[in-house]
Amino acid sequence: MSSPIRSLRDSGVIIWRQLIQLPRIPEVLIFALIQPVMFVLLFRYVFGGAIQTPGESYVNYLMPGIFAQTVAFGAVASGIGLAEDLRRGIIDRFRSLPMSRSAVLVGRTVSDLVRNAAVVAVMMGVGLLVGFRPSGSVAAIILAFALLFLTSFAFSWIGVVIALSLKTVEAVQSAGFIWLFPLTFASSAFVPTDSMPSWLQGFAVNQPFTVVVNAVRALFLAQPVGTLVWQALAWMIGITAVMIPLATRQYRRRTG
Amino acid sequence: MTDFAVRAEGISKSFGKTLALRKVDLEVPRGIVFGLLGPNGSGKSTTVRILATLLQPDTGVATVDGIDVVKHPDKVRQRIGLAGQYAAVDEYLTGRENLVMFGRLSGMSKSDARARADELLHQFDLADAADRVSKGYSGGMRRRLDLASSLMARPPILFLDEPTTGLDPRSRLGLWQTIQGLVADGITVLLTTQYLEEADRLAQRIAVLDKGDVIAVGSPGELKSRVGGESVEVAVVRPADLDAATRILAASASEAPRIDLERNRVIAAVADGAAAMARVSAAIAEAGIHTEELALRRPTLDEVFLALTGHTTEDEEPTA
Repeated sequence: MSSPIRSLRDSGVIIWRQLIQLPRIPEVLIFALIQPVMFVLLFRYVFGGAIQTPGESYVNYLMPGIFAQTVAFGAVASGIGLAEDLRRGIIDRFRSLPMSRSAVLVGRTVSDLVRNAAVVAVMMGVGLLVGFRPSGSVAAIILAFALLFLTSFAFSWIGVVIALSLKTVEAVQSAGFIWLFPLTFASSAFVPTDSMPSWLQGFAVNQPFTVVVNAVRALFLAQPVGTLVWQALAWMIGITAVMIPLATRQYRRRTG
Repeated sequence: MTDFAVRAEGISKSFGKTLALRKVDLEVPRGIVFGLLGPNGSGKSTTVRILATLLQPDTGVATVDGIDVVKHPDKVRQRIGLAGQYAAVDEYLTGRENLVMFGRLSGMSKSDARARADELLHQFDLADAADRVSKGYSGGMRRRLDLASSLMARPPILFLDEPTTGLDPRSRLGLWQTIQGLVADGITVLLTTQYLEEADRLAQRIAVLDKGDVIAVGSPGELKSRVGGESVEVAVVRPADLDAATRILAASASEAPRIDLERNRVIAAVADGAAAMARVSAAIAEAGIHTEELALRRPTLDEVFLALTGHTTEDEEPTA
């Protein structure tokens, strides 16, 4: 069997494996939902009243940020899942089989994309319940979701690289949040960046997560998009293009 | 086709400054169980991981079924199965799903994988649990599933890395019978173990590893004979018979008999095991001595290890 077809087939088997696990470990999905739901409630009802978002209601401003944060945090789940597989030795068995080498990582990131898509769909429902009213066209909203899924994929690869660079599942868990908290909070996801001190603004305005949030928000809310979508696409494709070879190299090194 | 299922010549492996394997040579003939015996940290797992293409040796050449493990790992992977402590099954999949998954990843078609899974689930006594998630399996069931997973693609060569570590005695016995059955079907098994009894029971040839060195190779019998000969042991029912038994034993022994007064036993090394046993047995019967036990003793593999290495298996700290 030729190798690209073999890779696709083996990735498909790994994706199948990850997806049938999902309903059997409900706590993973539940925790993946609890955290963004808490953030929605916290920011919508606790902090939201104090945050000024000219031209839009705060809930409309908030939800695109929540969607983006939800898919970004998926990186931690990708990392933990892979670290668990490494610890339990199932990766060793995969490596003793004549299967495609890339299938383990591709299967992981693609199945995490499917899981994130499900979580984002539920979060969309939660958003509508708390008053989120997107005004963008159907095409724009579809494009917004596509951008979110690409972001999910790119961030999963970051999680995979982290998991392959650290030794324990616990380290992978802590490390995941150490970079995700500053990245998602020092951004335009929850508050407009012009309320931040100037030294922080320089980072917050230009960093990739803000670019994604701004693009997704503009699409949902029928705001002028300009080059935002292109910028976001470039960032996410760029991150993925850097992370895949990095992950592959780390995988080779880690597994001998 | 070479004569050996597995062959290693001078393979070495270091992890940082720790030398895990030092120029190990191995020759595993086809169709037998080959035991790799040694304590934790002796290099057994490293050897298996190199042969199973999970690790590359720093030096040396290893072939499996005549194929170089470094040059053609994918071809080697088509011929091996790996099971044991470092090869897991997916605990959130059912037994059947695990088998089908590993079969598919070995290149089997969906229908072939399903049929083979069915066959193995029956063979390994897992049919009733086939559609339960393997997380709920007992230790013995999990090891059987693990073993079945490694057999999906019918590999001619099987690596079992400490397959019974942590199992209760009954499950261990069951797994031993299964492994013997595999060899009867023509599979070559390379088994690592730290249980001397296990190697003795299963393996036709044993290599003893100590701190990354192969320190002895041979059949279990050869290894035992290297530590000195056999001895005859007599336990008498009446303490008064002990003197007579000692005299009988002394006549056949190569050394002076040792007497254990507390347990009414006398034991003596003999040069010609079975013949000495027959003479002693006849003389004891003629003298009318009632025995509780009359046995020909060979040294245990524990004693072999002590004699070969100068230390017992316990005083090496695990490094792995």
